Amino acid sequence: MSKINLIAAREYTTRVRKKSFIIMSILGPILFSLIMVVPIWLATQEGDVKVVEVVDESGMFEGKFNETESLKFRYIDSALDMAKEDLKTGDFYGLLYIPAIALEQPEGIKFYVEKNPSLEVISSIEANVNKEIERIRLLEKGIDPQALEAAKSRVNIESINLAQGEEKSVSTWAPTAVGYISAFLIYFFIFYYGIMTMRGVIEEKANRIVEVVISSVRPMQLMMGKIVGIGGVGLTQFLIWVVLSFGLYVVIVSVFGLGGDPSMANNVATTEAMQSASDNGLSSEITKALDSVNFLQIGLLFLFYFLGAYLLYGSLFAAIGSAVDSDQEAQQFQFPVTLPLLVAIVMITAVIKEPHGPVAFWLSVIPFTSPVIMMMRLPFDPSLWELVLSMLALVGGFVFTTWLAARIYRVGILMHGSKVNYKTLARWFTIKY
Amino acid sequence: MALLTVQNITKYFGEYKALDNVSLDVPEKSIFGLLGPNGAGKTTLIRIVNQIYFADQGEVLFKGEKINTGHIANVGYLPEERGLYKKMKVGEQLLYLAQLKSIPKDKALEQIKDWMIRFEMKGWWNKKVEDLSKGMQQKVQFIATVLHQPSLIILDEPFSGFDPVNADHIKNEILKLREAGTTVIFSTHRMESVEELCDDIALIHKSKLVLEGQKKVIKEKFRDHTFELFHRSPFEISDNGGLKLLSQDKTKELNYQSIIHLPDDDINAALRQIADKTEIISFRERIPTIHDIFIKEVTQNDHE
Repeated sequence: MSKINLIAAREYTTRVRKKSFIIMSILGPILFSLIMVVPIWLATQEGDVKVVEVVDESGMFEGKFNETESLKFRYIDSALDMAKEDLKTGDFYGLLYIPAIALEQPEGIKFYVEKNPSLEVISSIEANVNKEIERIRLLEKGIDPQALEAAKSRVNIESINLAQGEEKSVSTWAPTAVGYISAFLIYFFIFYYGIMTMRGVIEEKANRIVEVVISSVRPMQLMMGKIVGIGGVGLTQFLIWVVLSFGLYVVIVSVFGLGGDPSMANNVATTEAMQSASDNGLSSEITKALDSVNFLQIGLLFLFYFLGAYLLYGSLFAAIGSAVDSDQEAQQFQFPVTLPLLVAIVMITAVIKEPHGPVAFWLSVIPFTSPVIMMMRLPFDPSLWELVLSMLALVGGFVFTTWLAARIYRVGILMHGSKVNYKTLARWFTIKY
Repeated sequence: MALLTVQNITKYFGEYKALDNVSLDVPEKSIFGLLGPNGAGKTTLIRIVNQIYFADQGEVLFKGEKINTGHIANVGYLPEERGLYKKMKVGEQLLYLAQLKSIPKDKALEQIKDWMIRFEMKGWWNKKVEDLSKGMQQKVQFIATVLHQPSLIILDEPFSGFDPVNADHIKNEILKLREAGTTVIFSTHRMESVEELCDDIALIHKSKLVLEGQKKVIKEKFRDHTFELFHRSPFEISDNGGLKLLSQDKTKELNYQSIIHLPDDDINAALRQIADKTEIISFRERIPTIHDIFIKEVTQNDHE
């Protein structure tokens, strides 16, 4: 055991001292906090004021359009051709031309621009025109538009989960966002550190130090030491990221005065959140939504699934590394190993749609996909037995892959210059050593 | 007494028999040469002794005990395929490798310093291995092998990669280690180093042991009672009592060289007979070199 520690300690310290690790540790949080902050910042920024000139030949719309801070309307009397000329020299955004139209068939409305307009501007203008036409139509039918407006209802349903014995407010967007991010983090970490493990094994093989080492320790110890050490590097990097991201976020928020509830900081404010909470009490709604997510539970399970998934895939990557002499050669074996991970990522959308459906259930139990899928499902409160089953399956899974990998590894590390295919691997697996 | 005993080891890799019932004894405090052509099974045998491979049949005894992981700290192994962590510093690397052999840190540090002085490597501690020349790397590698003061050192092709000066240096260290009571096994193709260093040898060919024993005994066994004679003028001799003239040639110095076969028991009588016919310049027995024995055994086995 102490030899595994010794090996793990070497793997850990040499990697943590590398420049690339330090750079990644610093750049990661900067990127993350930018991803978190930039959408909020953009949302609070006022864009240029866009002035639209309106040539209204129907005479129905003058003064009727709702103006916003970024979109103003100027009603002019000039003829269309002249207005078009003006557009080329003028300092306005576009020219809206409304011909004399029939209320029953409002057609022929055009928007002239110098640069292609954004979807937002077009839909805003369309909404304005529609609203006015509808208002006039209602009046013609003898309906008071104000009465109709007053009759409109805006219901906001709050979901309450009773499963835990107490009433708990449930939000949908917050679990989705949290699940999505943790699932992707798991995916990213497995990939990154799995490949790092594989490279480490290839390097030892290429350096020819491996035989020196395994005359002192069993190949299994060398493999496990490497996997544990690099897993520790991953964990360290993750913790640095969490701490730095949080710190940076707080700094950026306070420096730029973006406001909002500080408790928001450790969570993720997505644009989705901004939209769903745009109408009333933004910060209180976000806080409420995030309250419905159990971060401690998710955090602890994230660590479990991260380690489980890393051990499971790490040993397979180590086995690949042992079988080949170079990174190029490794690629043919890398694909089948990473395939389940890709499947998991692709299936995430299906899981979000139906977080308790059979697809979600099976993918969150099968150890090759469970870390990613279970992280996605977790905020939707899967039942306890499902979680336990999934965790046990993952433990079983990595015991299995480690055993499988060790049998290939012990042979592979001493093989140099031989072309390896799946048949060779199978032979190595069965050979007595 | 034998430090290491290999008993009837047989090893298969799939269908291929890599070692076939090999037995040998490595006497304590000796230098033991393990010889054989490429692919004979030397490295397989060495790996079995190092517990990297496990034998299908037979066993290895270390000081009379069945070898186990507890003996690892007593063995130093320099593989033929050897190397170091290129990005690691010399000192850290040696410390790490010593600790893997279960040597406590403080003792390992002390040993490393001693060896660095002995090998004139002062100031190398913080150098990265990749910045060293190949010969320097080999020195580090050698230290890593002997650092933990093992009672058995196994060197697979130890002199490859060394220039003559450093090879000599290593040779002297090997001799010193034997003086200090260490047993050394080394496998090599270089027969001149076997001739120079080994007390005992074993020859493996096509997975089988074909020869084993003390070097001088084996040489004795391979004596063919031929002698080399330099003389001034040609002579002829008729076969009598085993005395036989095998060849006679003129040398560049205008002398003659004859190869004769002599009966073992009466060399003087034969010499007297020849001395009557010509003036003898020099006379010596042709003792077979390990090289000759190796070639003879291997080719002979190939024809069988």
